Amino acid sequence: MTMDTHAPAGRADARTDASVRPELLVLSGVSHSYGGVRALHDIDLTIGDNEFFALLGPSGCGKTTLLRSIAGFETPEAGTIALDGVDLVSTPAHKRPVNMMFQSYALFPHLSVERNVAYGLEAEGLGKAEVKRRVGEAIETVGLGTFARRRPSQLSGGQRQRVALARAIVKRPRLLLLDEPLSALDRKVRADMQLELKRMQHEVGMTFVVVTHDQEEAMSMADRVAVLDAGRVEQLDTPVGLYSTPRTRFVAEFIGSSSLFDGTATAGGVDVPGLAVLPAAHALPVGSAVTLVVRPEDIEVVAPGGAGLLEGVVIDTYFLGGSSTVSVAVPGREKPIGCTVHATSTARRGDAVGLRIDHTRSVVVADTRGTEPA
Amino acid sequence: MTAPAGAVRNRPAPPPPATRPAAPARRPGARARFAAVPLVGPGALYITLLVLVPVALITVYSFFERGRFGGVVWTFTLENFARLFDPLYLSVVGNSLVIAAVVTLLALLIGYPTALMITRLSPKWRTVALIAVLLPFWTNFLIRTYAWILLLNNAGWINQALQALGITDEPISMLYTPQAVVVGLLYMYLPLMILPLYSALAHQDRQLGEAATDLGASPFRVFRTVTVPLSIPGILTGCVFVFVPAMSNFVIPELIGGGKTVLVGNLIRDQFLKARDWPFGAALALVLTVSLLLLLVLQSRLSKRLTEGKTQAEGKKVRRDA
Repeated sequence: MTMDTHAPAGRADARTDASVRPELLVLSGVSHSYGGVRALHDIDLTIGDNEFFALLGPSGCGKTTLLRSIAGFETPEAGTIALDGVDLVSTPAHKRPVNMMFQSYALFPHLSVERNVAYGLEAEGLGKAEVKRRVGEAIETVGLGTFARRRPSQLSGGQRQRVALARAIVKRPRLLLLDEPLSALDRKVRADMQLELKRMQHEVGMTFVVVTHDQEEAMSMADRVAVLDAGRVEQLDTPVGLYSTPRTRFVAEFIGSSSLFDGTATAGGVDVPGLAVLPAAHALPVGSAVTLVVRPEDIEVVAPGGAGLLEGVVIDTYFLGGSSTVSVAVPGREKPIGCTVHATSTARRGDAVGLRIDHTRSVVVADTRGTEPA
Repeated sequence: MTAPAGAVRNRPAPPPPATRPAAPARRPGARARFAAVPLVGPGALYITLLVLVPVALITVYSFFERGRFGGVVWTFTLENFARLFDPLYLSVVGNSLVIAAVVTLLALLIGYPTALMITRLSPKWRTVALIAVLLPFWTNFLIRTYAWILLLNNAGWINQALQALGITDEPISMLYTPQAVVVGLLYMYLPLMILPLYSALAHQDRQLGEAATDLGASPFRVFRTVTVPLSIPGILTGCVFVFVPAMSNFVIPELIGGGKTVLVGNLIRDQFLKARDWPFGAALALVLTVSLLLLLVLQSRLSKRLTEGKTQAEGKKVRRDA
């Protein structure tokens, strides 16, 4: 239900959409390490033409290394990266038909906005008239026409970001890499730029690969998201897919604000030590370590005392506008359980409540912590 | 003066006792000014005694006539400045300018790649390289200069090596030539070029180079359009650091140049110690000091204009965000 507000239903077929798209970038077996520490672990990814692709993960998960490998600033120790079937690894960075928007924007402080945008075209050796025309167009596209003669230091953060974007798209690369494109902006500007980036990606018809640690950013912009952890792709899916069917415990924990119940698989449920056997549909071997993932909107807050309910005490409620989150402490469980309640919640702090989990919508994943492959 | 004052002022004031609500407001300021005296005093004294007083003295001397055995006769004259335009002296100034300019240019050409290379080293080797650059400074100046004499003279190591290798039959005269003076000055002042360049290059945002590369610039183009333009303040500082002392050095022309290459520094020294013409020496020194000062002002103005964008923008940004 609430899921639909997070991601429009029309997106659901994005996954099939992506596989129909012609392949643009193919990474296979890409591995890299820094001083013995594995940063990338045998990464296989295929990114389609015109796709808006996101690499999502916590800091240190390898997403930036992966992006820099595509741009040519890191040479992976193993694996191949091919763009349109042409090997990229052996191509020096300045000859790759790939452009990058840096997290710090890396605008040339000694050049005006115009000259910054023109830089890549001049490096290509294009004629003056052509450069002028295309620079003008790019600056218009990002809406900075009146700032063309300013220095980067005379611009606000949002304007600098637009310059960085104009400078990257003016080259009409096959692939645009964006490293945490919105992290330096404040909240309001960030929301505007999310929409803007999406619009621009449609408008210029380019493939975007965005690196971000912000799940909301990845989910709202991307067609497909690869969730990375410790140099591995944990799950590659559409935003809807990631949200509704996380396939690993890490993804379940990282995406959304689900409650996780670690336990042992039983036939038709999960035995959560200290709590109860919670019914859930799964196909995992009985007796294996599993995690039951329950999204906050799949838990109903009811009066205590019914059959099959978890019982607890409300420790806080957070009003979020259209809905509220009720945080409930359940004896036998360390973390409180978050539940989404529509409209204003009537629950008050200290109330004893029952929680009814919608077992048909919860997901069970294997709990692989402790058995992590080296 | 402002630093210690600020420090005192920033110290959280103890809560004023209830009985005496308003502690005298000017007290901390006065105390801070007083506290600054021992900090600023020695430096101020040093500058007054060793810089301002001598400069005032030479300024005064340069407007009077010479005494017969040195010293000054207190008769006002502009003769000393008029003599500066004597072709003989102009040629010395010209000579000095050329040699100082050549030394500066060579120092830049050698120093820039060196400084750039040092920034690319690992932190450990960077320290080693910087110490190596500074090492000559920790050796006695005369020893360093005599080492060059040993290397350059007709029976010196370089000539011995050239002859041993059969490259020349006769020793090449290298010592006591203008070229030798250039080499000596270059060796002496190269660190003063490398250090500001290193500082400018090390502080350059590495991502700017990556951004240029990403936009399709070849390594040379990155160097030409990003690395060099952004290091211009460092280049200017290095050039002034080398040019100014090279222009006024008189020991190296004497020892390595054999006194044959006369530079402004030698000329000034000679006026005071040999010709006993203090006023003329003072006029020469004054003109040299003022010219070099103007050069420093020019350099700081240029650097400021190049980096000004930042400070100017902060002001504008605040206004726009408001």
